[in-house]
Parts: sequence; structure tokens; C-alpha cells
Amino acid sequence: MAAGQQWVLVEMVQAFYEAPAYHLILEGILILWIVRLLFFSKTYKPHETYKLTEKEKEDLIEEWQPEPLVPPVSKDHPSLNYDVVTGPPSHKIIINGKECTNFASFNFLGLLDSDRVKDKALASLKKYGVGTCGPRGFYGTFDVHLELESRLAKFMRTEEAIIYSYGFATIASAIPAYSKRGDIIFVDEAACFSIQKGLQASRSFIKYFKHNDMEDLERLLKEQELEDQKNPRKARVTRKFIVVEGLYINTADVCPLPELVRLKYKYKVRIFLEESMSFGVLGEHGKGVTEHFGVNIDDIDLISANMENAVASIGGFCCGRSFVIDHQRLSGQGYCFSASLPPMLAAAAIEALSIMEEDPEIFSVLKRRCSQVHQALQGIPGLKLVGVPFSPALHLQLERSSGCRSSDLQLLRSIVDHCLDRHVALTVARYLEKEERFMPPPSIRVVVTVEQTDEDIQKAVSCIREAASIFLR
Amino acid sequence: MTESSGSKLLNGEACQRTLRGKNAGKNGFVKNHCVFEHPRKYRRPTERSQNAAPNSSLYKKPFSESFEETPLLVAVLTYMGYGILTIFGYFRDFLRHWNIEKCHIAHEREQQKDFVPLYQDFENFYTRNLYMRIRDNWNRPICSVPGAKVDLVERVTHNYNWTFEHTGKVVKDVINMGSYNYLGFAENTGACASAAIETTHAYGVGVASTRCEIGNLDIHEELEQLVARFLGVESSMAFGMGFATNSMNIPPLTGKGCLILSDELNHASLVLGARLSGSTIRVFKHNNMQSLEKLLRDAIAHGQPRTHRPWKKILIVVEGIYSMEGSIVRLPEVIALKKRYKAYLYLDEAHSIGALGPNGRGVVDYFGLDPKDVDIMMGTFTKSFGAAGGYIGGRKELIDYLRCHSHSALYATSMSPPVAQQIISSMKIIMGEDGSTLGKDRLRQLSENTTYFRRKLREMGFIIYGNDDSPVVPLMLYMPAKIGAFGREMLKRNIGTVVVGFPATPIIESRARFCVSAAHTREMLDTALRAISEVGDLLQLKYSRRERPLSTPGWTYEESLLQD
Repeated sequence: MAAGQQWVLVEMVQAFYEAPAYHLILEGILILWIVRLLFFSKTYKPHETYKLTEKEKEDLIEEWQPEPLVPPVSKDHPSLNYDVVTGPPSHKIIINGKECTNFASFNFLGLLDSDRVKDKALASLKKYGVGTCGPRGFYGTFDVHLELESRLAKFMRTEEAIIYSYGFATIASAIPAYSKRGDIIFVDEAACFSIQKGLQASRSFIKYFKHNDMEDLERLLKEQELEDQKNPRKARVTRKFIVVEGLYINTADVCPLPELVRLKYKYKVRIFLEESMSFGVLGEHGKGVTEHFGVNIDDIDLISANMENAVASIGGFCCGRSFVIDHQRLSGQGYCFSASLPPMLAAAAIEALSIMEEDPEIFSVLKRRCSQVHQALQGIPGLKLVGVPFSPALHLQLERSSGCRSSDLQLLRSIVDHCLDRHVALTVARYLEKEERFMPPPSIRVVVTVEQTDEDIQKAVSCIREAASIFLR
Repeated sequence: MTESSGSKLLNGEACQRTLRGKNAGKNGFVKNHCVFEHPRKYRRPTERSQNAAPNSSLYKKPFSESFEETPLLVAVLTYMGYGILTIFGYFRDFLRHWNIEKCHIAHEREQQKDFVPLYQDFENFYTRNLYMRIRDNWNRPICSVPGAKVDLVERVTHNYNWTFEHTGKVVKDVINMGSYNYLGFAENTGACASAAIETTHAYGVGVASTRCEIGNLDIHEELEQLVARFLGVESSMAFGMGFATNSMNIPPLTGKGCLILSDELNHASLVLGARLSGSTIRVFKHNNMQSLEKLLRDAIAHGQPRTHRPWKKILIVVEGIYSMEGSIVRLPEVIALKKRYKAYLYLDEAHSIGALGPNGRGVVDYFGLDPKDVDIMMGTFTKSFGAAGGYIGGRKELIDYLRCHSHSALYATSMSPPVAQQIISSMKIIMGEDGSTLGKDRLRQLSENTTYFRRKLREMGFIIYGNDDSPVVPLMLYMPAKIGAFGREMLKRNIGTVVVGFPATPIIESRARFCVSAAHTREMLDTALRAISEVGDLLQLKYSRRERPLSTPGWTYEESLLQD
């Protein structure tokens, strides 16, 4: 080998001697040029020329014109002028001065104007006042909070529960408490907005699977498994989560929980379940979608729900095993850094839980009402009913879209207005069009509560039918 | 501005944050083209006398804020303290690992042992080995109104704070120096409470819908009109949670291509909101106007990174009173900068609304400025109003835009009616619209209490951070062991205080924090001060090396009141 190299060297020297003079001169010039390019070219000293003088900076500052803080809102923006509700938003609701039957508030169990709940809230108000004046850590923990947490844990048959002072902040804080940068979250496309915000705050990799499509989810999980096999060291520290809703607020259908649990153990992914629509609704005792499917609640790593729908108070909670939940007491941003829930609202929630525990019959009544409304809303010409029969919040979509979202919304809005005129309160489901990851089609939301009578339902349905026949022909 | 400003963070130096700014309104084009002169270099300043008047035309009254230097020996000992704790932590983890020490930590389910661990082991090291030792100082459950005196649920632990048991007894009448009850509106009797009771009768407690759909009650509209009037802005909007007011309303205001300039000590909710907005975020040193101006100049001159396109807009995000520092934002200077560089200003008045200013209208009122100069006025109802939730106030276009685009308006349940009523009643009292002088009296009382309490603590030789007029009073403890000791010793003397350490503060700057309230009587404050002094001697907390101001008997607190 060494001998060979030496031979090449000798050959090179020989070639140098043998080369014609013009060749050597040319090469010499080329070398000089490279040297010049490398060491004497100005392009290699960009800082001198790029640095702005104070004068130039000043000109730039003078020149700069920012955009207005907010773009102007057109006067006829659908969300600009809110309907004004006078008095309590209960079964009978006064909207813009008109008394209507409420088919729009998520007051599924009718606990909002329950006297028992009010009395307990008042007793608490007389003892504690309204506000808490501090976060949980700093003298903002009341005995009522601890009672509510243990009652919720008992109700759900989990080890521990933690309460938040705002429903929206619950899952939005819970997700980033566990899932960090580099972790992977598999999430249903139809997930609600607070989940989306939680995902965004976590800065994890987000993989969306088609709504309720377990094959699609399994495909993604398999892909990830292959990926993990390639890089097992990374896989050992990459946490994986599936985030789903029990009953989807945007589509009114239920997640296939048993299948999800199977996938969980097969691919070793944790499940976070958001039950704001299903807590206090599904299952024999209102425990939600786990009870509905008869799934062991311990198989779900974290359940989150708000206490603003069925419970008709304010706030939210997470429950699960202490190993999981306790972590949020230091890492849940909406828990640590926010003032705690006003004790009177916690007291109201406790009383609502008591009512739910004492009278589980209420859930079968709700279920009956739901299927009744579901049945009655079938086959309205021009409108398509979306949702499962036991969902208390159904969506009516247009059968044929005009292709333009705003004119579809306008059409639905006129149906809602028509019903409002006839004393039936409905609402168009509102979304932030630029913010939603997957925009649900425009729809009218019909909310079922136990307080609605047969006549109420009949009247509402005939109003909708009538309006549809007028506006949709 | 003097060279000292902001140097606390550079070299841990004390600084009398005084100011030598130029009048920007008259002559924006001053030497060096800057509104505020750049410091030539950060030099160790000599401590200035405490009442040095700021040499600035922007301030109408003395702006005196101090952050005394951490004594070197204390800093070294603090680091050593953490070192010892860490070594012991590892040792005990080792013992736990080999089952020599009993472990109380909750465990993963057997069925999920082969999952990727939910927590990295080191993440919980601090919780397990440092926080757990002094956990009894936080989350103390209370069972009464969080007013000037509070009843605590007595709890004991038999396993070194891993679990607590309630004994069933109540620790009565603990003087509450921890709640943010600045104006003493945490009450269960009186006008506010009875109005809230009536509202509960009429409305119930829940709403079960969003503002945008069918949860916009008349009481919300009334509240918003009142808030706008109180703040002196065109329009306002109220939200159900203070934290969410920030985290859900910054994203609709800024986006890609926008720049957010944020104070380094801004609250977590502001940080989260800024992050969710997708804007570029740059951080300036706490309350340091040169740092802010430099960022502004560079940002406008260089544009967006890589593309060098001009920024769409620049939003400066500051707080009124910083809750851990007790400092007050240099608002006149911020406004001068904002005007000069055409940036927008987001002011979070979580702690200052109600607590500052001759009319209780926050930091804008305190400096006697025009609320129209602040583009986005944000604040919370949790503190001074004794309720819950937050608001945003500003020009009508801003609020109209938020009504259509705020995440909270479309997706979150509206504010509970009795809570809204509590705010309405308390705000009317502050404004004097109830026909009494109750509000004025409380504002005066708070200001007197603040001055008295801060002065006394300083005289005792404690290191107290922050502005002389701030009702948030941080008292420096520094060493980790003293965090727990201080909290417990104070509770023994029937005084409830808040102690904070890392990660809420820099690692060596652990502190206790007192929140002065208008509900505190002079006797309560004196009792508290006596106890603090006693504990201070016991734990050797009187670190201050300043000349102690002589407590002249002729000097009364009234003199120091805001001259309005």
C-alpha cells in the first residue's frame, strides 16, 4: 500500500515536469483567483455593510406602519350582536323580550333552577361569600372544594378528582400537564375546541385520525410502532396518548370506547377522555360513556368533564387514578395559576351530584326524551339530523349545502329566528371559522332536557318543519 | 435612566429604580434617537437614598421601588442549602429504590407497567424531595370567608406530608395575610352579599350556554357597561375566568407575523396566551425600559427573522402590579415608548385594579394617565372585587372584534349570575354610586395599611421588594429551609402567610408574600408585625444592610398618602 502511494507521488512529480508551460500558468492563475475569492472578497464580510446606521434605523422606525390592532368587524357579523336573555336561562327563557321554551341551553337535567341546588348555593354564599380571593395553593382551598373532589371521585368510582374553576380550562390544562414537546397525541378530527387548545399548548406531535374511524387510528398507531422499532431509544421516552370525546359536541355521536381500550393495550397508548357532553347523561347512573359501554373506568387514564352542562354549575373536573391526577396539582396551569372555584358554585355542584345519586331515574327519562326528539326530527325535508338517538345535543344540518358557508348559516339562522318568533329557542352552533382545525358543517343545535314535555317537543318539531318548508322549499 | 436599572438581574445588584427619561411627547428625537437613553454599560451602582426623587417629567409623584441586593453570604448559604437537599434527595431515592425507606408515592397500574412512563423520574425529584418536606405550607384548607381573619381546617400528617388528615378541629381567627382581598370585599354579609343572594334566587348559579349562543344574560350586559364606565373606556367584555381571559384573548389579537414583547416576569396566563397566538415572542428584563426600547428598535429596524419583512404589529404585554415582585409597571414610560414606536399595549391589571389609584381604577389611575393610551385594558375580578372572572376593556372596535372572535365568547360557558352581581355591587361601591363613602374609605384604608406595613417591615430590617405603594409585599427568605420554617412559625402565631420558592421565584430568591387588605385593622397589622419580627429574629431574616430609617414619632402615614 505504502509503495503504491509513493509510486503515485512520483508519477505526479513527473507529470508536473512534463506539463506544458501554459497549463501551469493557467493553473497558477486559478489558484490565485481562489485565494482572492476566499480571502479578499467582500461578500464574506456581510456585517460591515449590513449593519444599519442610527439614521437608517430611525428612518425605518419612522416609515413603519403597523396594521390596526383589530380588523374592522362588519356590522352584520353573525356573532356581533348577541341575543339578550332576560332572567334565568332555564326551561322557559326570555330571549330578546320573548318567552320561549328552551331547546338551546345544555341544562340537560334541568338542575339550573332546582330549588335544592339554589338553597345549597345560598347557604354556602352566606357562609363563605362569593369569591375565593386566591388560587388553591394560597388560602383558596375551601373545605367545600375538598368535599366536591371526594364526592366526584366517589361518584365516578375513581381514586381521585381535581376541580378547575372553568370548564374550558379543564382539558385544555390537563393535556399539556402530561404531554410535552416530543410526545405524540392521536386525536379525533372532530375533537372540540378546548381539546384543540390543549393540544396546541402541549407542543406535542399531533396526529389526527378520521372521526370515529378505528381503522384509521390503528393505521397511525401501526405507523408509529414501525417508527418506534427504528429508533427504540427515542420510543422509550416518547409518551403516546389518544384524546377522544365521550359524546362529541360537534357531531353528537359517541366514541367507540371498547375498541379504543383494545387499541390502548395493544399499542400501549394512554387514553384521555373528555366527557363534558356525556357526564350526567349516559349510563344508568349518569357516569358517562364508560358506564354506557360497561368499560372499566380504570382502563381510562384520565376523564375530564365540565360541570356546566348536566351539573348546571360552573367549572370542570378531571378524575382518574391518583398516580395520574395528583400530577395536575402542580402542573395543571389552569389549576395552579387561577383563582379557585367560588365555594357557592362548588356547593351547587355537590347538591347536583346528590340529586343525580338519589334519583338515577332522571337519566332514563333523559334518554327517553332524547330518542323521542331524535325520532321526531327525522325526515324533515331539506334538513338532515346528525347524532345518535341517545345524544341530548343533536345537530340539524342542511341536506343540500349552497356551497357557501355564510349563506348556509344565514339560511339556518332564519329557521332559528322563525322558531324564536313562535316561542321555541334554538341556536345555530357557533364556531371560530379561522381557528377550528376541521370545520364542522353549519348546523342548528337542538338540546334535549328532562324538563321538555311531549307538547314542547311536538311544538318545536312542527315549528322547525314549518320553517324548513318555508326557507328550504 | 440610571445605569442601575435592571441590573438586579445581571449582577444581583440592588437598584433604586429611578429614572432620567426624556420628555418623549415634546421631543421624541433626542440624542441617540432613543426615548430613554441607553446605558453605556451596566455598572455597579451605589445604593441611593431611599427617597431619591426620580428625575423625570413623566411621573407626577415619586416612583420609588427597590430590590435590595442579596447579601453574598446569604446567596452562598442558599446554594449550599439546595446542594444539601439535593444530596439527601438522591440518598433517599436510593433508599426508596431498595425499599429501605417506605415509599408513599402513588404507583402506576400493574397492567400499564410496560407503558412509556408518564413522568420522567427527574421531573418529580424536586416535588418528591424538596416540595414534599414543606408541603404543609400550601393548600391549607379554610372554612370561612377569606376575609381579614380566616378559619383554617386543622390538619395533621403522620407520614411527613405525604398525606394529610383532618382532625375535625378548626383553627379559629387566623389573621389572613395571604388572600388577594385588597379592598375587603370578601364578605358574607353586607350589600354585595345580599345582592348576590337575590340574584341567586332569581337566576340560579349556572348558565349552561356560551355568550354567543344563548348565555348572554342581561346581567352580563349590565356588568360590561359598568366596567367600561369604571375604567373610562368605550366598551368592555367580561369573561368567566381570569386566567382564561389572558390565554383566550391574546390569540385572536395577534398571530403569525406579529411580535409580542413580554416582561420576563409576566404571569403564566399571559405567557400561555402569547404562545397560543403563534406570534414571535421576545422577552425584556423586568420593568426595564431600556431593554424594552432596544427590543422595539431592533424589531422595527430588522423586521421578521429571516424574511426581514416588517412586523404586522407589535404588542407590548405588561402587568400593573407584579404579584411576586410587588413592583408597579413604569407605565408612563411604557406609554411613551408605545407611542413613539407605534406598538400596542396590553396591560394586565390582575392585582392593580381596585388596589391602586385614588379612585381604585388601577395603575392608569395611579399615574394619572389617560386610559385611552392603553390599547387593551385587562384585569380580573378575583382580587379586589371578591368575585371571579376577568375583563377586557378598550375601544369599541376592539371589543366588537373580541365579541366575534374571542375563544371564550364562543366556546366557554358565561359567567355565573351571582358572581356577576357581586362584581356589579362591589364596583358600584368603589365608584361611590351606592351613595356612600364606603368605597373611598376602603381605598384610603388600603393605601394607609400598605404604607404602614411596608414602612414597619423595612424599619425592622427585612429585605422587602417592590414599590412603596404596592399592597403586595414580598419579604425575602432566600434559604429553602426558611420557607417551611417561616410558614409554620407564623401559623403557630395564628397568622396565615404565603411562602413561595422555586419555581415561582428564582432559585435563590425564595420569599414570603403578604397581601395587605383594607379589611385589616391597625391592631391586626400590629399583631402580624410583632409576629413577623419575632419569627424574623428566630430565623435570622433581618438581612437588610441599609441604614434603617428612623421611626420618627412625628411622621405619620397620612403624609405619605397619595396626594390626590
